[in-house]
Amino acid sequence: MRIALFATCIVDAMYPEVARDTVTILERLGHEVVFPERQACCGQMHVNSGDFAGAVPVVEGHVRAFEDGPDWDVICAPSGSCAASAGHQQPMIARRAGDDDLANRAEDLAGRTYELSQLLTDVLGITDAGEQLGSYFPHAVTYHPSCHGMRILRLGDRQRDLLSTVQDIDLRELPQADQCCGFGGTFSMKNAEVSTAMLEDKAENVVSTGASLCTGGDASCLMHIGGGLSRTGARSPRGEVGTVHLARILASTREKPLLPPRSEPLLSGGSLR
Amino acid sequence: MTTFLGMPSVLRADGAEVADGLPGAQGNVFEREPFPQYASRELEDEQLRRNLGHATKTIREKRLGAVAELPDWEDLRDSGAAIKQRVMAELPDLLEQFADAFEARGGHVHWARDAEEANSIVRDLIEENAPILGNGRREVVKVKSMATQEIGLNEYLEPHGIDAFETDLAELIVQLGDDLPSHILVPAIHKNRSEIRDIFLEGIPGVDPGLTDEPAKLAEAARQHLRHKFLTTKVAVSGANFGIASTGTLGVVESEGNGRMCLTLPETLITVMGVEKLLPQPEDLEVFLQLLPRSSTAERMNPYTSFWTGATAGDGPQNVHVVLMDNGRSRALADEWGRSALNCIRCSACMNVCPVYERTGGHAYGSTYPGPIGAILSPLMTGVQAEENNSLPYASSLCGACFDACPVKIDIPSILVHLRGEDVSTTQEGESATERVRDATSSSGQLSAGLAAASWAMADGRRIALAERALPIAAALTRLTGGISRLPGVVGKWTSSRDIPALPDQSFRNWWRKTRGTDADAIAAQQEAGAGAGAGAGAGAGAGAGAGDDHGSQNEGDAR
Amino acid sequence: MTGAREEILTRLRTALGREDGTTTRTGVVPSTGKPVDIDAEVPRAYLREGSLARPAVIEQLVDRLVDYKAWVTQVPAADVPRVVAQRLEQADSVVIPPGLEADVVSQLPEPVRITVDAAEAQDGAVAKAEVESEAADRFASAAHRIHTIDELDATSAVITASRVSVAQTGTIMLDGDTDCGRRMITLVPDHHVCLVPESTVVEIVPEAVARIDLTRPVTMISGPSATSDIELQRVEGVHGPRQLDVIIITDR
Repeated sequence: MRIALFATCIVDAMYPEVARDTVTILERLGHEVVFPERQACCGQMHVNSGDFAGAVPVVEGHVRAFEDGPDWDVICAPSGSCAASAGHQQPMIARRAGDDDLANRAEDLAGRTYELSQLLTDVLGITDAGEQLGSYFPHAVTYHPSCHGMRILRLGDRQRDLLSTVQDIDLRELPQADQCCGFGGTFSMKNAEVSTAMLEDKAENVVSTGASLCTGGDASCLMHIGGGLSRTGARSPRGEVGTVHLARILASTREKPLLPPRSEPLLSGGSLR
Repeated sequence: MTTFLGMPSVLRADGAEVADGLPGAQGNVFEREPFPQYASRELEDEQLRRNLGHATKTIREKRLGAVAELPDWEDLRDSGAAIKQRVMAELPDLLEQFADAFEARGGHVHWARDAEEANSIVRDLIEENAPILGNGRREVVKVKSMATQEIGLNEYLEPHGIDAFETDLAELIVQLGDDLPSHILVPAIHKNRSEIRDIFLEGIPGVDPGLTDEPAKLAEAARQHLRHKFLTTKVAVSGANFGIASTGTLGVVESEGNGRMCLTLPETLITVMGVEKLLPQPEDLEVFLQLLPRSSTAERMNPYTSFWTGATAGDGPQNVHVVLMDNGRSRALADEWGRSALNCIRCSACMNVCPVYERTGGHAYGSTYPGPIGAILSPLMTGVQAEENNSLPYASSLCGACFDACPVKIDIPSILVHLRGEDVSTTQEGESATERVRDATSSSGQLSAGLAAASWAMADGRRIALAERALPIAAALTRLTGGISRLPGVVGKWTSSRDIPALPDQSFRNWWRKTRGTDADAIAAQQEAGAGAGAGAGAGAGAGAGAGDDHGSQNEGDAR
Repeated sequence: MTGAREEILTRLRTALGREDGTTTRTGVVPSTGKPVDIDAEVPRAYLREGSLARPAVIEQLVDRLVDYKAWVTQVPAADVPRVVAQRLEQADSVVIPPGLEADVVSQLPEPVRITVDAAEAQDGAVAKAEVESEAADRFASAAHRIHTIDELDATSAVITASRVSVAQTGTIMLDGDTDCGRRMITLVPDHHVCLVPESTVVEIVPEAVARIDLTRPVTMISGPSATSDIELQRVEGVHGPRQLDVIIITDR
């Protein structure tokens, strides 16, 4: 199968290793990965900020990038929020702008766009990450299901099930897991104090698990949680508590293991890199 | 037309007009100050946060259990949403049908365009029907009603010589504590049991000074306090949960029996109902009597539900009135994107699951309608530009928990986004260029300036590719500091409580091009994008830093 | 008054774009921007009939009522007078609606004062009462009057029949008919004894809504009065009757 990677703007610019690991996983399964280079952003930031006029060219750019680039069978994004935006915001923005043609094209693309765990589970038939992907991660991890994956894409237990089948992983239940971390894009700046109060509770719950890492399927939420953990100097029995994207754990194998933070240089900003 | 009636309720009538000439709501449906300001003060109240956290967590878990019991819950939600959608589409006809049926059964129907008109209708009816007591004043008993809270009825009646006694336990707590409701189901949710005991000790004449904070004892104290009022008061004022159009039937859903007391014992009953509360036919109750209690108090059924159709000879009040009120509802109906907010059956499930509400409480929303539904309903009723109501649509992380919990499937997150769009386009229309430049020094100005630049850059990945060439320099800087800790301006709102991770040496895009793309592609793309770079923020910086890619090799190996 | 009515209706028509009768502003699905189909049939895929066997339905009703802290028993019709007498042993006075079957109160101990909430004896009730002389005596000798609120406040208990009950939600519906009584008689006394014949019990809410005339003064009761207003925890016993006894009359 030929899979077009929708890297998402935040992963592209700030967490390139997440996209590289997504490529690694898909190629390991024998699929071809292409990267339509004119892609940029789903437009969610503009939409959620109410800047609908500004969102239109971004949506147009996204649709064109995937229409005009190399041929592909499905689109894969290592983000629940951006995959959700493609389906649940782009057509709406286009219709508002009176561009039904763009709306229909965006809808068509969104119908073939999958969040990573969705693609692995529903399309590629992965039920055991250790067995089928060779995933190996012998560390204590807790999992935060991000809101848009959970409530818009209805990912259910897909991400959790993949994680639980990673070899040697010590997956710890996160209390109040379904509570939002408080990111919400510009919400974290427009309502910074409320956002911080939500983040504090999330960080406290993460720390309570004793895990050294919090994982999830959305780099943006992990950036937020990681930024809070780092600021508060949150610690587990194994040292500082950080965040790591689900794709990184799935890509980690016995042969090429992703190392947990052992010393400062590996951990910065509360995020495992 | 602004009428000052003293705190806590100031009847405001300054909603802007919409294009259709539909006037905005008056009354307690406005922010008092921008949400973030009010919220940040409330967040400092540790007791409040504990009370809210405890109560909302309790009800959240209970609701999940109550909902899980019904295998057809989603089917019920679908029907509930569709019935309400039908009601909104046929509202003028259904209202006429309701009014005719109610009158045919001996009831009296009144129509109120706004809060002021509703208040004065109720006052006239009370003056006609309630005797003047020994203290020279008239008295009415009230069942908890959002509509009368919205119009500030109690505060309106007070200077007119009428004392309105709230009889719902939580409303009583709020009234005795000279407080404001903060939740539509449990108006005193922000108070815990010992605070409630203190309010009762202070506010109930002759209460047992040994009153404990045991909830059963507090409920008993309320019973004793109100018993005589119920048995002797001649006029009651209620709201309504449902009005059945085909039969002219009204219904009130409650728990304590205070509703039954008010609906049954007085001689005169006055019900104030928003026009959107209708259901087409009695059969529809089979849906809503299942949706409402489980979503609201998380019970299989609330203890008492009463229905009345006009007046029934020999049973209950013989002088029965209903006030059908618009007060901004027609305006909300006119908003085709936000119309479904009128589906709301006031269950409060959305606020119980909302992480923002849980932390700020209801007062921060200003309006009678707090929480996620309030953040859309208030601006829809008043117009988003009115007063401070344009801060409400931003009071959400858009996590979507409210939509999942809503029994009538109001897509609150999407309507919040819609109202943000209304706010932005209205602001932009009204703002001159110089204002916008001046505004760029403020947080919101910086945000919108940033968004404008981002819109240009993000329309095409090739522009991004250039901008991202600055990454190695930024990465080197952040590596020195081990992550970004404090930044000025709007980004400082982020760094006030969170670190920004150290930036990578190269973006994924540039790594891909180097390792997978062809040189020819890359050069062509760079040239094409570079041609338009002058117009965009960020691109210039990117073009100058193109050489930094060498650091990539280091990063590629990273922890592998 | 007509002014406000006309203006509100005009505003609503304007909001719907219905100046010429047809709705032009049909609304928009906020997540997609697609127009709402206002002519679509209302889906009613929810359950409209229960699926439990009869014994399980009754068992469920009992379970729910007990959960609400009501007192519940199941007895054959012949035992009802005995159980009623037991439950009201401590009562000073009992009010009953005129349509209640007379033998229900036939075994109440003598000191319990019975009054019937009706202006005068009704033919039907007395006729039924004649079946048993003992019951007839007790019923016929009871004072008949429309009770004032104060009289009801001074009355210990009320006994009524009921129209239909929902097992799944533990809900008993009264419809103001002569056997259920005026609404205030089941409200003001602190103790309500309610008779529920098995045949009137349905499993789920839609089955009950189909069997009750909502244009009558209907009261739906699910347990004794309660509140969740203090820390969102349910506490029984506020303004309505604090004790609810339910006697389910078995078919056997």
